[in-house]
Amino acid sequence: MSMSLVNSNSYLESLLRGQPRLPPSPLAWFNQLRANAVDHAGRLKLPTTRDEEWRFTDLSPLVRQSFQPALAAPALQAADIEHFSLAEAAIRLVFVDGKYMPQLSTPAERLGTRGLIVTNLSSAITANAEAIEPHLGQYARFEDNLFAALNTAFLHDGALVIVPRGAAIDTPVHVLLIATQPEVASHPRCLFIAEAGSEVTILEDYVSLNDAIYVTNAVTEIAVGDNAQISHIRVQRDSPEAFHIGNCAVSLAHASCYRSVSVALGARISRYDLNTVLDAEGAECAIDGLALINGRQLADTHSSIDHARPNCTSRQLHKCIADGSAHAVFNGKIMVRPGAQNTDSAQSSRNLLLNAKARIDTKPQLEIFADDVKCAHGATVGQLDSEELFYLKSRGLSGTAARNLLTYAFGAEIIDRIPIASLKYRLERTVLEQTKKTEP
Amino acid sequence: MIHQDSKTILEVSGLRAAVEGVEILEGVDLIVKSGEVHAIMGTNGSGKSTFAKVLAGHSAYQVTGGSVLFEGQNLFDLEPEERARAGVFLAFQYPIEIPGVSNSHFLRLAYNTLQSQRGKDELDPLEFEDFVREKMKLLEMNPNFLDRGVNEGFSGGEKKRNEILQMALLEPRLAILDETDSGLDIDALRIVTNGVNKLANKDNAIILVTHYQRMLNYIEPDYVHVMRGGRIVKTGGKELALDLETRGYDWVGVERRVPASA
Repeated sequence: MSMSLVNSNSYLESLLRGQPRLPPSPLAWFNQLRANAVDHAGRLKLPTTRDEEWRFTDLSPLVRQSFQPALAAPALQAADIEHFSLAEAAIRLVFVDGKYMPQLSTPAERLGTRGLIVTNLSSAITANAEAIEPHLGQYARFEDNLFAALNTAFLHDGALVIVPRGAAIDTPVHVLLIATQPEVASHPRCLFIAEAGSEVTILEDYVSLNDAIYVTNAVTEIAVGDNAQISHIRVQRDSPEAFHIGNCAVSLAHASCYRSVSVALGARISRYDLNTVLDAEGAECAIDGLALINGRQLADTHSSIDHARPNCTSRQLHKCIADGSAHAVFNGKIMVRPGAQNTDSAQSSRNLLLNAKARIDTKPQLEIFADDVKCAHGATVGQLDSEELFYLKSRGLSGTAARNLLTYAFGAEIIDRIPIASLKYRLERTVLEQTKKTEP
Repeated sequence: MIHQDSKTILEVSGLRAAVEGVEILEGVDLIVKSGEVHAIMGTNGSGKSTFAKVLAGHSAYQVTGGSVLFEGQNLFDLEPEERARAGVFLAFQYPIEIPGVSNSHFLRLAYNTLQSQRGKDELDPLEFEDFVREKMKLLEMNPNFLDRGVNEGFSGGEKKRNEILQMALLEPRLAILDETDSGLDIDALRIVTNGVNKLANKDNAIILVTHYQRMLNYIEPDYVHVMRGGRIVKTGGKELALDLETRGYDWVGVERRVPASA
């Protein structure tokens, strides 16, 4: 490795050094996974806008800050986080600044379903090593992904969900990740496994109690077994000053189904990479996203849907709404591998610009290496429709109220796809509030 | 109903208006008093829909001359939403679909905006639900139209009923119905016009903009005006509409200057 590379990585080295030494695990494979990741993290460079995958997302503001691991998390009371709780979610795991909070959590053992595991990873990994080893670190590849490498190098805790064969969990699992302290870096790691024929809905919910500057570097891996179904809702409502880097890797087995709704509202700079591999015949995925940003926020979503096998279906609708001088980025790749015949894929990117200073870059990408496939994709960028605005104003609504309502309606199409009613209601309120704030 | 001592609601004098630089209205004069129903008839391109949109304040139309007083106030000093709050209502010829906003949410927002403007109590969603269901009976509308997106996937007739439902909720002083009869089958026409008749009273006024005499079988106008070339060229009673039905528009106002069509 050349000297200049090492120099450009001094920031990363300091970040690596700043981490406390994690105690070695009794599991050899786990220690090896971490060691490999440390090795890669030391070799990979921080991406710059000269990297194609990062051309719109300038991380230099991240480098200008220094972040430390949280030494201790504040002792929050249930009342402090009451406003984040969801009526439907009987199972809840709470992490504060990356640390598991058993006193605020309702893990799965209180539920009757035999074999269901919903708890924190670090406390369950030894007892469940046999179930975890085939999945952990297997989907979120870090050979060329610095942030996944860092997360794996520091791999310590996060949410673990294992739904046993044939079980249908009728309450959503709420994974609540709360940031409270400034200048903290956290690396939450989640693993969701739906065994054959099982069904579960999981909400991964990133929130903040204040406007602190911190960095969250999250990795989630999801394995959907044969004929299993996972509905995965991911809400990022971090502090408006925070940095949020998220990687999610999903693997689908035979005739399984993965539905994802991701909503990005917070963070100064956020980046979400969602990589889904349709790895057996008959698998299907529906991947929807909404970024609603304002001020000087940047929200970058990169998704990849990999049709690795024949007879799979994918659907994707991604929407961005940018106001102020915000910048939204969407890059959606659909890959159809050789031999993946009868692929059925449709992707749509729809975008709303609310301010002349705002910017949206969208890039749908199709790469097809099979000949019997049905693939459709399209992208639009527009402004609010003047006839719709006039219609609302002619009924007495102010220009501001009319704009808010139409902006809300644009985003509501995604939020409506969230299968948790109280969250849907709360996000709809948030979107209305957020659009109100954007008015001059 | 014509009463000589009724208050003047609308006074239009020499109104001229253009769209994209092309003048469509070339001097419209009209006085509307409370309690009256006026029909404005004319062929396509005569300017009657432009007139309706100019009164509501559509930004695509530039007023190039003349004046409009609404209850003594210069209408052009008011933004479209201020006109609505002052009591001007336009039932659209082509109501706009707004997917993602439920009809009940939209109706309640509009209703509450006007209630607060009038210093009256706003209704919460449950109270409004009861209130609007009562009003929907007037138009024989199925309550499930409340849960759908605004006009989303409504048939032509359903959209027009939804317009008149808004009129019923907002109780305007001046309602302008722009081709509300177009696209309606005979049953829907009967229901919609019956609703309008029930909403007409001595304190409000209605302007019906229509191509055909058909609607006037159900809503009896006090005055019928014929528009041609961007001005009102003839005014008469309801029997004028029957003349137009049998004789067409060609004979009306031929003695007037007919400008080059826009």
